[in-house]
Amino acid sequence: MLAFLVKRIGNAVLVMLTVAFFAFLIFRFLGDPVEMMVNESATQSDRDELRGRLGLNDGFLVQYVRFVTNAAQGEFGLSWRNQQSVIGLIAERFPATFELVIIATFLSLVIGIPLGVFTAIGRGRWWAEGLQFSSIVGVSLPSFFVGIILILTFSVTLGWLPGYGRGDVMRIGWWSTGLLTASGRAAVVLPALSLSLFQITLVMRLVRAEMLETLRADFIKFARARGVKRRPLWFRHALKNCLMPVVTLTAMQVGNLIAFALVTETVFQWPGMGMLFMQAVTFVDIPVMAAYLCIVSFIFVTLNTLVDIAYAVIDPRLRNA
Amino acid sequence: MSTASPSPALEVKGLSVEFPTRRGILTALSDVSLTIERGEILGVVGESGAGKSMTGMAVLGLLEPPGRVSSGEIRIAGKRTDNLSDDEMESVRGRMVGAIFQDPLTSLNPLFSVGQQLVETIRLHSDRNRTEARVHAVNLLKQVGIPGAEERIDHHPHQFSGGMRQRVVIALALAGNPQLIIADEPTTALDVSIQAQITTLLRRLCREQGAGVMLVTHDMGVIAETADRVAVMYAGRVIEVGAVEDVLARPKHPYTRGLMGSIPALGARVERLTQIDGAMPRLNAVPPGCAFNPRCPEAGSRCLQVRPTLMPEGQGAVACLLHDGGVA
Repeated sequence: MLAFLVKRIGNAVLVMLTVAFFAFLIFRFLGDPVEMMVNESATQSDRDELRGRLGLNDGFLVQYVRFVTNAAQGEFGLSWRNQQSVIGLIAERFPATFELVIIATFLSLVIGIPLGVFTAIGRGRWWAEGLQFSSIVGVSLPSFFVGIILILTFSVTLGWLPGYGRGDVMRIGWWSTGLLTASGRAAVVLPALSLSLFQITLVMRLVRAEMLETLRADFIKFARARGVKRRPLWFRHALKNCLMPVVTLTAMQVGNLIAFALVTETVFQWPGMGMLFMQAVTFVDIPVMAAYLCIVSFIFVTLNTLVDIAYAVIDPRLRNA
Repeated sequence: MSTASPSPALEVKGLSVEFPTRRGILTALSDVSLTIERGEILGVVGESGAGKSMTGMAVLGLLEPPGRVSSGEIRIAGKRTDNLSDDEMESVRGRMVGAIFQDPLTSLNPLFSVGQQLVETIRLHSDRNRTEARVHAVNLLKQVGIPGAEERIDHHPHQFSGGMRQRVVIALALAGNPQLIIADEPTTALDVSIQAQITTLLRRLCREQGAGVMLVTHDMGVIAETADRVAVMYAGRVIEVGAVEDVLARPKHPYTRGLMGSIPALGARVERLTQIDGAMPRLNAVPPGCAFNPRCPEAGSRCLQVRPTLMPEGQGAVACLLHDGGVA
């Protein structure tokens, strides 16, 4: 198990170094940082002085190593747009996106898995086929449309839930959470639902397909033959054998959710990283974009590694691999 | 040996199983009758599709839908089980009737340790707590001859060899102390050297526990070594039943004779093995009269019209017009 861990983490570090390399290329060679930073009245000597101060005259490798060392410490320089520290901007926005994505993921599992199990065991019954059919609708609706419909229904017409913003937030250290206040919790419902609808149907369809496959397995027949009741048969014996792909899908999709959150955050005016990135793109704010790239990749790679480790925990056959 | 008991381990009377399909009803089993006494091993032989496994599944109440018992009676240890609801049947399986399937590699859930699966089964069928169930599980593993049972109990199925896994499967089948065990091709997937160990084990446990065993196999060698009596099936019917020695030495049905002729015997000076020409009819194309008539070397005109029923003959019973009024 230890060798397994070392190998997986080694892989992850290698991938991150590669991503950092590309982020560095963007950062260093997409436009001239000095041109973007100095004001128009600066003389050539001012520019040379700044160039030296920023270390841009050093060798390529030295600069890359310095970039990686800084990035590893969370140092991505200053935003070209408003001269604030990039990591500070991201840290300010990250909690909002993270909470939104975590809640959407949680919803997709809590709703999607049972729906998948029920549509599998009820195959052929009208209610299971109905659910299966409506899930196609869920998969095909674009998320901004779902968002607008949700706002229209629950916020504008019924007035039950807020349709924009994050509500009141509480600060715990540098983290700002909306989950501890009533208005914050109310505010997260609609965006999370809108973001998770696609995931719910994805998880449901995956679990259904896996369950149908697993329920045909010999060990299920044998478990029935030794007297295992239907409920534990479905939820213990069969479902556990279906979870591997669900874990993979979920972890991979958390990355996608962060990306999709861009749309949802725009629709719901949710003050997260997605909105920050949209602004960075509009103003060609390269340091923010490079930092966003590194951080999103870091989340992806971390999730992938966790998935591999989770595999080994769920399936003992993989521990020696 | 088993103690004398009023009710046999298994009594099947006139069992028919049918599968409604779009093109009409397929009759998979018709009028199957079997009895297995406690402590007795009944071998059930026949070609693939003859209905031997289907009989076992019907007894377990595990027919694949839309298959259903259309008539007849199944009694396990005297209790009628063919008319039970799904819920009631759940408490019959494992407790009154245990099962051993063909492939030990796929019979066990790969994600649970052997101990977890044993403890689960034991606790389903008795009121032992977790600790007591674990002690019993270790005993069961010892009973089926797994060395180092105390340690092996926490291993997962993939850490066992095929033969050892089949022993675990047998331990699981015994966990609820059933009076009847359905063993469906229990040795087919195993090495020849392991097969004998497993059949010997099955035989010993059956005697010790006084449980009846229905041993489904296509291997006459396994039957000869293991079973007390044998039932031969063909196209969904039992065509001959009798003591193993009798049937092996003096087969009465031409099909059984054909089966015997196709077993190579060590040391016997036979010119060549005989074989039965043709193939067993599909369920939707069973000929009128005796189902075996197209392949039977002794078929006469009556065989094309009259369907023979199982009639007592000597020590056993046979369904053949040769023994029931002649074929002409």
